[in-house]
Amino acid sequence: MTAPADGWRQLDRRTVVASAALALGACVAAGVPTLMGMRSADRFSFTVAVGLAVGGTVLVVGLAVVLEYVRLARTRFRVGTDRVEVRSGILVRTCRGLARERVRTVEVTADPVLRLLGLASVRIGTGQRTSATDKPLELRALRRPDAEALRGLLLDREGRIDPPHPREGTPHEAGAGGSSPHDDGAPRDATLAVLDPTWVRFAPVSLLTPTLGIAAFGVLLQGADWIGLQQTVLTDAADVAIALGLVVSLVVGLVVVVVVGTVASVAVFVESWWGYRLTRERRTGSLHVRRGLLTTRSTTVEEDRLRGVAVVEPPGIAWFRAARVDAVATGLSAADEQRSDPRGLLPVAPRAVVERVVAEVLREPVAPTREVTLRAHPVAARRRRVRWALMICLVPAVALAVVAVLVGSTAFAVLTAVAAVLGLAAGVRLGRLAYRNLGHGLVGDYVVTRHGAPGRRTVALRRGGILTWTLTQTPFQRRAGLVTLWFTTAAGDGRYGVFDVGVDEAMAFAVETLGERFSPYLAAASMTP
Amino acid sequence: MTVPLRPPREPLDPRVRSWWRVHCLAWPVLLAVVLGVLGLLIRPIAWFLPVAGAVVVVGLLLAVAFPAYWYRVHRWEVTDDAVYTRSGFLWQEWRAAPLSRIQTVDTTRGPLQQAFGLSALVVTTASSRGAVTVVGLDHERAAEIAERLTRATQAVPGDAT
Repeated sequence: MTAPADGWRQLDRRTVVASAALALGACVAAGVPTLMGMRSADRFSFTVAVGLAVGGTVLVVGLAVVLEYVRLARTRFRVGTDRVEVRSGILVRTCRGLARERVRTVEVTADPVLRLLGLASVRIGTGQRTSATDKPLELRALRRPDAEALRGLLLDREGRIDPPHPREGTPHEAGAGGSSPHDDGAPRDATLAVLDPTWVRFAPVSLLTPTLGIAAFGVLLQGADWIGLQQTVLTDAADVAIALGLVVSLVVGLVVVVVVGTVASVAVFVESWWGYRLTRERRTGSLHVRRGLLTTRSTTVEEDRLRGVAVVEPPGIAWFRAARVDAVATGLSAADEQRSDPRGLLPVAPRAVVERVVAEVLREPVAPTREVTLRAHPVAARRRRVRWALMICLVPAVALAVVAVLVGSTAFAVLTAVAAVLGLAAGVRLGRLAYRNLGHGLVGDYVVTRHGAPGRRTVALRRGGILTWTLTQTPFQRRAGLVTLWFTTAAGDGRYGVFDVGVDEAMAFAVETLGERFSPYLAAASMTP
Repeated sequence: MTVPLRPPREPLDPRVRSWWRVHCLAWPVLLAVVLGVLGLLIRPIAWFLPVAGAVVVVGLLLAVAFPAYWYRVHRWEVTDDAVYTRSGFLWQEWRAAPLSRIQTVDTTRGPLQQAFGLSALVVTTASSRGAVTVVGLDHERAAEIAERLTRATQAVPGDAT
């Protein structure tokens, strides 16, 4: 790729093909089911419909090609010594720029169409949302090697001042914005983790499984509707259900949901984590996650943006002694604008792997999440949790009771009793689990907090990454002698809480963690340690 | 059990009580007007009229009782190295924003606040959840503090994350 002398570069022209293919795909996806639904119509109107569909498709694809062509012709970008700039806009010209030192994350993604064409999109983020102009810059699309080179260039702080000389035996490409210091698979990257195919066994243990299993029925019915068979499918299903009896058909339905959901969640796992590799660039220390089967994602987190990690155990996964690792880093907080969650450092994996990866990511000999001794919270916190859990778990029983009273049938009364007993048992168990999962502690340079039920999350936050503290107390907490202590940070969720901790312990813990940043606010009476 | 943190030194501007009173009354009165008009126009729901009266009474009670209480609870101060606030009567909150971590300092004024000569001081940090707000300062005082804080934070290098 050659660049003009002033450094302004263009996007790759083949993006037009990708956009045309996407437009064609959308037209086919909309047109084919419509035509299928019209099969029963008479010959003339069907022919007209086909004509309209084909004409419309040609029009839409043509429009997409023209628009994309103009967009590409009008878009330029430049990587200067201090700034990244993008000029774009068909009618209204905009020129957006970012100071290079503010670039925090660079994401290289490629959907299947872009991949076939050897292209990739680049998103350049600052990680700060203080103004509307801080939206990530998106370049769609560049040739894959150019995209990777751009990523390396932008995240290579030293390279900006003094571009490294091409080393012997390293393929070197003279990119437009300077030399490319980054090569795939170059020995300077230390691999922290690669995908172990056996981890796929954890994929079905997820809320995704029932959701997708049930969603499959909806898709089936919708598909049947398109080809005009919805009624047939429903009556057939009803016939089968009557023939099998209530219990058997319920069991069969459940098995189908589980099987379909399992297949679907495994498919989702394979799509998002295929080829997963977590590496650390030796010279800059940046962490780099690469993953994805159809859509490949590549996220880089600079080391000095990392404030800690979150070890997440989704509901049920604790039985398998496994967990996921997310990064707590500035610049990765806005998941709303990202197509995929960019925080994931490790998919759900066995605990030993989790602990090793956490330790290596944080450059500690032992993972703080393992080394820490978590302090339990007061019993009052358990009462609160059991009460909340009961309130949630008894909702079905209350609803059934209302129906039982209104209808006045004994069958509903029995169901109500069963639901009440089950709800009580589940509520107490869930509440106690939530209490057991509460904990906070301090180890080395890290504050560790844990909470949640049925899943749980353990966050290890570097003390230096804590901006400040917030203390909140509700009337109920006041009566129980509890308080919630929050540590705010520029990373991740913005703040991480130590929930329902005893008042005195909260003061002591805040002093221990923040020292001079908290102790001036203590009332004189409690200053004595 | 009360939290053993010392209260921040400064109270809000006394005029904030009037502002709160207007707030306490504005919504009930609006609601009462709607209910009253409906009750007058539509015969079968004439009982809306006493309800409207009750709503106004509740609003009056709130306006009499609460602002004085809130005024005692809401406090703030700017120390040498932080902005420290306490707010909330039932749902209490203590916050501190160290000067070294402040990113922006703004003052905002709603139309009602302007009428009372009040301003709100909003101090944001790099955390999406870490903003410290002081509602109800004299607006000249707020502007002066904002300027002082801005100068103090500019003296600190780095991007305060």
